[in-house]
Amino acid sequence: MKPFEYVRPSTLQEAIELVATNPKAQFIAGGTNLIDLMKHNIAAPGKLVDINHLPLKKIEKRDGFLRIGALVLNSEVASHKRVLASHPLLVQALNAGASGQLRNMATVGGNLLQRTRCPYFYDRAFPCNKRIPGSGCGALGGINRMHAIFGVPEKPDPRSCIAVHPSDLSVALSALEATVWVQGPHGERQIPMNDFHRLPNNRPEQDTTLANGELITAVEIPDAVFPKHVHYLKVRDRASYAFALVSVAAALDIDQNRIKTVRLAMGGVAHKPWRLFEAEKLLTGQTVSETIFRQAAEVAMQGARAFEHNAYKLKVAPNAIVQALKLAASLS
Amino acid sequence: MTDDKPDDPTPPDDGTFFEQSDRRLFLKQSLAVASLTLSPFPFLKTAEPDSDEAPVGNAEKVSFTLSVNGKKLRLSTDPRTTLLDLLREQLGLTGTKKGCDFGQCGACTVHVDGQRVLACLSFAVMQNGRKITTIEGLAKGDRLHPMQEAFIKHDGFQCGYCTPGQLMSAVSCLREGRANSEADIQEYMSGNLCRCGAYPNIVKAILDVKTGGQNA
Ligand SMILES: Cc1cc2nc3c(=O)[nH]c(=O)nc-3n(C[C@H](O)[C@H](O)[C@H](O)COP(=O)(O)OP(=O)(O)OC[C@H]3O[C@@H](n4cnc5c(N)ncnc54)[C@H](O)[C@@H]3O)c2cc1C
Ligand code: SF4
Ligand code: FES
Ligand code: FES
Repeated sequence: MKPFEYVRPSTLQEAIELVATNPKAQFIAGGTNLIDLMKHNIAAPGKLVDINHLPLKKIEKRDGFLRIGALVLNSEVASHKRVLASHPLLVQALNAGASGQLRNMATVGGNLLQRTRCPYFYDRAFPCNKRIPGSGCGALGGINRMHAIFGVPEKPDPRSCIAVHPSDLSVALSALEATVWVQGPHGERQIPMNDFHRLPNNRPEQDTTLANGELITAVEIPDAVFPKHVHYLKVRDRASYAFALVSVAAALDIDQNRIKTVRLAMGGVAHKPWRLFEAEKLLTGQTVSETIFRQAAEVAMQGARAFEHNAYKLKVAPNAIVQALKLAASLS
Repeated sequence: MTDDKPDDPTPPDDGTFFEQSDRRLFLKQSLAVASLTLSPFPFLKTAEPDSDEAPVGNAEKVSFTLSVNGKKLRLSTDPRTTLLDLLREQLGLTGTKKGCDFGQCGACTVHVDGQRVLACLSFAVMQNGRKITTIEGLAKGDRLHPMQEAFIKHDGFQCGYCTPGQLMSAVSCLREGRANSEADIQEYMSGNLCRCGAYPNIVKAILDVKTGGQNA
């Protein structure tokens, strides 16, 4: 690991300035992703700016929103009374991620910004456009069973990336239409969750739309319309403590067996949480049934494209959508 | 976590950090490593009780305080030192194991302010001012912790390498209220791998402590 200087600023302004004015400086929160990457020499910050003492640790009720500070731990969010009562989808997604120990360390902001788990991104013996732009993509001609089926180029070019974003929390936040609050050297702005992570296009090194020096301060979730009929389904290689091959966040507002509102998002299938807008449209106003769920899943899968080892996702994903919807609707 | 948890009071950064070229740093570090080999624990000084002062230092050495198993220590390390390496290499507390060093196995589980965390994915300096409990601090003198008793009673280990991590995690799992059923324990203990496959007995041991109502 490269040597670094450790600093612990006490104000947001100071922290932002330290990173915005130094291309080698990086924020560190729980450290569970960044330290991993530093040990692999994939991240090599010259200055580590410890943000753990900044005042971003509150969960607060605001008018029409729940505001969760960027430094609240994943385990704290998942056991918070108000979150349990109004956003059970979030709780399910958080508890499906990582382990008890890691959730006690991982922060909300860090979780959104964790980097891909593509094995070639981690292995410096292989080319990787995300690690070294223009070097090629090890996964395209390699083992790509973990990789994306949505938002991937028809004809991969030398700058392509087919990695997926590994966060479970982000998938739930996407379905709940959360907003990410960020503060940078030029002030504060809000980014809708769906615009926060990006498709790789020709800049896979850029995971999100966050600018250099911008600090996530909080995420805001609109008040619960989905306190009841929700399910986070995670398909993985083992029963627990593994990243998603495919995951589905399903939230339904059901009135007398009719679907008033529905939100669907998938994880493990794209470079960002994948909202299923067309499937949502098809389901809205319909009566709850397995048939309609199956139709929605078919619509959702339009445009999916597989590589050599991940064609199984084309079957697993629609089944996972149907299953998540059934469980959310308590349809057996 | 409450709605109005106060944020940590932090004194201002005193600006004692400075930049150095990598080469000079490397030379100095080699010297530091050389001197290190002469005395096993040159960093240890007992700390006078103090507040949550920000750690001070540079890219070679930072000073900070930790309480480890009830003892307050003033320490000085390279900022790259993980909590795991600090415990094992500098404090000689080798009960905490290094399995993977990448957050994937749970062998390095310790408690920080009473919560289970992975010592391999945390820089020691970031734990400044906190209370660390390791497996060495679990028993009360000669009296084993009920969880340790239960692991012995149920054969909750074979080679024993994962056991300190399993125990620290199990105690937390119980405290977190996540040990109410076999399924619960399997899920909330999934961050601790066991190559020997002692899982069924580990689950039995935890359930025993839970149902025995022993004070964990
Ligand atoms: C073995 C293992 C299994 C895992 N399994 C899962 C899983 O199943 N599902 C899942 O979702 N995750 C999983 N994770 C990932 C884990 O959830 C993330 O590592 C964690 O959420 C990152 O949060 P952190 O606070 O530790 O971030 P850090 O490591 O501190 O930071 C990550 C990045 O975010 C930046 N950053 C942090 N906070 C801010 C902020 N407020 N503003 C701007 N930038 C910031 C840092 O600069 C850094 O680049 C797993 C991790 C491990 C090691
Ligand atoms: S898929 Fe993306 S992260 Fe993986 S090797 Fe290709 S460019 Fe790198
Ligand atoms: S050594 Fe820390 S999790 Fe394996
Ligand atoms: S007892 Fe051998 S690894 Fe668990």
